[in-house]
Formats: sequence, C-alpha cells, structure tokens
Amino acid sequence: MAVYPPQPAKEPPLTARGPIAWIRHNLLSSPYNIAFTILGLAILYWTVPPFIKWAIIDAHFAGDSKSACTGGGACWVFIKEKLDMFLFGFYPHDQLWRPKSVFAAVLALGAFAKFVPGLHRLKLTLIVLFPVFAYLMLHGGHFGLPLVETSKWGGLLLTLVIASVGIVLSFPIGILLALGRQSKLPIIKSLSVFYIEFVRGVPLITVLFMASVVLPLFFPEGVNFDKLARALIGITFFEAAYVAENIRSGFQAIPKGQYEAADALGLGYWQKMALVILPQAIKVTIPNLVGTFISLFKDTSLVMIIGLFDLLAMVNVTANDRDWLGMDTEGYVFVAFIFWIFTFSMSMYSKRLEKRLDTNNK
Amino acid sequence: MMKRLVKFSAVAALATATLAMAGTLDDVKKAGVLKCGVNTGLPGFSEADSKGQWRGLDVDYCRALAAVVLGDASKVKFVPLNAKERFTALQSGEIDVLSRNTTDTETRDTSLGINFTGVMYYDGQGFMVPKALGVKSASELDGATVCIQAGTTTELNLADYFRSHHMKFKAITFDTNDQVTKAFEAGRCDVLTTDASGLYATRTKLKNPDKYVVLPEIISKEPLAPAVRQGDDQWFDIAKWTRNALLTAEEKGITMANVDDAKAKSTDPEVRRLLSVEGKMCENVKLPNGCFYNAIKQVGNYGEIFERNVGAKTPLKIKRGLNALWTKGGIQYSPPFR
Repeated sequence: MAVYPPQPAKEPPLTARGPIAWIRHNLLSSPYNIAFTILGLAILYWTVPPFIKWAIIDAHFAGDSKSACTGGGACWVFIKEKLDMFLFGFYPHDQLWRPKSVFAAVLALGAFAKFVPGLHRLKLTLIVLFPVFAYLMLHGGHFGLPLVETSKWGGLLLTLVIASVGIVLSFPIGILLALGRQSKLPIIKSLSVFYIEFVRGVPLITVLFMASVVLPLFFPEGVNFDKLARALIGITFFEAAYVAENIRSGFQAIPKGQYEAADALGLGYWQKMALVILPQAIKVTIPNLVGTFISLFKDTSLVMIIGLFDLLAMVNVTANDRDWLGMDTEGYVFVAFIFWIFTFSMSMYSKRLEKRLDTNNK
Repeated sequence: MMKRLVKFSAVAALATATLAMAGTLDDVKKAGVLKCGVNTGLPGFSEADSKGQWRGLDVDYCRALAAVVLGDASKVKFVPLNAKERFTALQSGEIDVLSRNTTDTETRDTSLGINFTGVMYYDGQGFMVPKALGVKSASELDGATVCIQAGTTTELNLADYFRSHHMKFKAITFDTNDQVTKAFEAGRCDVLTTDASGLYATRTKLKNPDKYVVLPEIISKEPLAPAVRQGDDQWFDIAKWTRNALLTAEEKGITMANVDDAKAKSTDPEVRRLLSVEGKMCENVKLPNGCFYNAIKQVGNYGEIFERNVGAKTPLKIKRGLNALWTKGGIQYSPPFR
C-alpha cells in the first residue's frame, strides 16, 4: 500500500503574504488607489524633505543671538533664548523656581499615583490639596513669597492653568446641567435647557470679549476683577454646556432597564444617579468628553484677544523683540509641537481609560 | 432685598458721578505704582526682552511719567493691550495712562472720553521698494504693484494718494502683516506700504534688509500720542508736561549723564526751572520738587529715548525725520517751562 506522508503545507505565494501583499492590498488595489498612492507619495516628497532640511539639517542650534543664524535653516537659538518666556510668560525672572516647582510637583504626584499601589485616601487628599498648593505657590503674597499678579502669568503655564481649571470645574457643573435637563421639575429643566442652548449658541470669543471689555464698564471705576479670573469663569461656564450635552448623550445610551432596576432596589434619586446611571453614562461618553477637553485645551489660545498671553500669544511677543525680528516661523512650529504633545497624550490617555473600564457589555 | 438694591444702585450712581472727578494722581500715589497700557508687541515701541522686561519708546514714556510722579522709573505696571480693548481699559480705570502707538484723531479725542497729551512720535504711511528697482521717490511709482494689509486705513490712504497724483497701481491684499512681508520678499509686488515705523521693523525681518530702501514720502499723518481719561485736568497736565520736559531737556542738551552737572552749574533760567533749582514747576502740578529732574536722570531726554529704542544703533535704524527737534529741522516742539 502506497504511503502518502503528509506534505508540509506550502507557504502562500509571494504575492499573497508579507510586505508585497500588504502593499498590493492597501496601496495598489484599484486604479483610484494607485493614483492616490502616487499623489500621497508626491506630497510627502515635496513637503517632508524640505521641512527636515529646514528644521534639522540646515538649522542653527548654537549661539545666543540672531547673528548666530546666518543660513536658510531654522533658528532654534531663538527658542532656546526665549524658552523661559514660552514656558512662563512675564513671570518675574528671579521667581521662576516657583512655577518650576509646581510643574515638578505635578510630575511627582502623577508618578506617585501611578506607580505606588494602594494608599487611595492619601492620593485623593494630595490631589485635592494640589490646586491650593499650586495657587499659593504661583500667586504668592503669603509665607514670605512675593506676590506675582496673574497678569504676569503666561506661556505654557497660563495655558495649563486655564485648561486644567476649565476641565476640572466644568465637569461637575456639566453633570448638574445634564441632570437638570433630564429633570421632571419644569423650572429646573427649562432653566438648564435655556442655559445650555444659549451658551452653545454663542461663540467662545464673544463670551471672553464680554468678560474682558464690556464687564468692566458696569463696575464702578477702580473696581477691577482679576482678568484671568474673568476669563476662567467665562471658559468654565461655556465648557460646562458642552460637557452637559456629552453626558446627556451618555444618559440616552443607558437602557431603561437600568433605571428601573435602580428604582426596584429602592434607591432614591441621587443614589440612583450616583451609583447606577452616572458611572455608566460617563464611561460611554469618555471619547466625547476627551474630545471636548482637547478642543478646550486648544481654545485656551483665544484668551489672546483679551490680552492674556498664553503659549500661542508668546510667539507674537517674542518675535517682536527688536533683536529677534522675523522668527515667527520657528515660534509657531515650536508652539504647534508643544500643543500636539499635550493633545496627543490626552487622546492616548482616553484610549487607555476606555480599555481599562471596558466591561464588554456592548 | 429691595432696600439693599436701592442702596447698591445709589453707591453705583455715586461711583459714576465721582468718575469725572477722580484724582488719578492720588490713586497712583496711593498704589505706589503707575498702570500703563502698552502694545502687546511692536518692535521699538513696546516689546519684551528675553527676561520679560518691557522696553521701547512708548514704554519709556511711562517710565518717565512714573519717575515724575513717584520719583522712581521702575514703579510701572505694564498692561499689554490689543487695539480693541485699549480705550475700554483707559475708561474703566484699569490703566492710568495709555501709551500704545495710538493715533490722535478728532473722533477719538472728542467721543471716547479721553484726552491726548502730546505727540511722542510723528508717524505716517510710507513705501518700501527693492533697491534694484532704482526708484528714488514715490512719484515714480506709476503702474506699480503694491502689497498691503486688507481692511486698514493704509489701503484707503494708498488709493487717495495714487488718485490725487494721477497714477495707476495694482493692489495685492493680504490678511496679516506677515503675509504681506513674505509676498513682498518673494517678489510678488514692487512696493510694500504701511506706517513708516512699521516699514523699518518689516525691513529687518527680510533676509537681506540692505537690498531694500524706504522712500522719503509720507502720505498720511499718524501722530502717535499717549492718552489719559478726560475730566482729570491735573493728571492731564502732569502727563503733558512730562512729555514736554523730555523734549525741553533734549533742546537744552541735558542728558542722563550730565543732568546733575546742569542742576549744579547751569545758569540758563529755563534749565534751572526745569530741574527745580528755582521756580515752582513741580509745585504747580502738586508734585515734590525735582519731579522732572527724576525723569531725565532715570530715563533720559527725548533724543536719548529715541536713539535707544528706534535710532541708528538699533536694528530698526529709524532716522529722526519729523521727530527731530524744531531747531533741527523736525517738528517736535515743547512749550516753554516758564
């Protein structure tokens, strides 16, 4: 009897595996696809090498004045010389250790929360106390620290202050508004609806402008509300309306059975919301919420129009120094890079959070 | 509740009523610091150095005013303002003086509740061309292509000028100043036009500044002057005579370096009055003796301020032109200290 030993399976042909197959499948599968691939490569060819040549190969890194930059490349000396301005704005030079230590504290706190297991109560206390510490440190006027008015805060420091205060405060207000909109009490419901729809109908720039230019005219002369505080209040209430709508979409995604189950357990309204509905609603809206927060982070640069100097506005300030005229491009590229780092980390974090909270009940 | 409301509106009304009479001088003395509104960034006029210190011609005026009022040029809080909020900031009392390259015009002076104190810089719209074009005067620009920023008075001035000289031009407009500069450098137009002070700043942004020239013609009047709130004559006087003191000091040759010498030895009656050796110039504006001396000693005279910020030794290299003293062919002029 003939024996037919099983042959080892042959590999699929070269055109069906490995990089060649991948290229054929993803880049060259149809005439349109081929055309777009060529177009894409051409665009990359036209843009990337010149940018690398400008930003790295021809760039100047050493020196301390504009005269160090002679060729056509980027002048990163400018960024180096103006780094303190980009990071801290007009914060007094001899007091820079204060914002620096606040930044360091943020990193330390983050590392502590991530890498040290347990100690939840301590962690929570530290996180709650941190804003107080940061405020005392940055603003000063106590414990022998000289006062640094908020008008001198600027650059990345100001961007982060506005974004974090906006995010942290708009979140609870947004939740209350979303609950209000779901409420069966007509006054609460209509007030919430009116507020949300009104705020969403007005551009942020208008809110900031009102807070900065119109509001002072209503106060008696000499009464001056801090400009940063005005902007923070404006941004917080503006953002709260968007957060509220995000959370409401979460409410609508929760099956009615969950409400009924909570009722059947005999939970009151607040217990039902806090223990059953909100945790699920927030979980499903994480991508939207983070999207809103990312756009808030970028919207902070609008405070430029009311004379606060966030990271983006510092480009204008630094590039108008008579010793550094014509450095706008370097400034904008640098600032875009910083913005990208922050927004990209935010979206990465949201991805991880989604995975961690995923209970697979889709 | 109602009672409180009434009380509140009474206070508010009172506050509004006292607005006109408010003593800015007393406020500044009490605060110990002068609040000065400046531009967020204009090379040579108001700019921040790498340590965040403000400098520039508009900035130095505020330092001089602080020296006059408080005896210390460093006691200034600079409030950077954009074009839209500058007048509100002054009206609402957020700042005590607005020194932000603001053109003195009839409408602003009469309808905004502010007063302009005296011209610190005579500006006006000018033209810049590549040297290679061989143009020596704006009258040779017939048929030129001009790069301008859209939506500015610059555009209107340009049209007026060419029409009144029976010349033709083709305008290419851009949204921002940077775009205008880049287009001009790329050769998309023959001429770039904006305010003369801005032209010099723009020229330093170009890769080869020496290949371009600014033409001598100025086609519009832009007298840039500091402003104070209307209705406080005492403060207005102080602001006005601070500027005059800086000009008089230059006219009399008194500088930061020789002011002590002049105070001790000068026999010129006007110098003696200016430096409070005799007369009561400072007493007249309710300030301690030597008020103008402080400004000259700490900030310098007008000429020194000009040269330090925008003059030949700075990257801007602006010539004195109209801003030279009246004795030297310009129109900067101070009424006498008498």
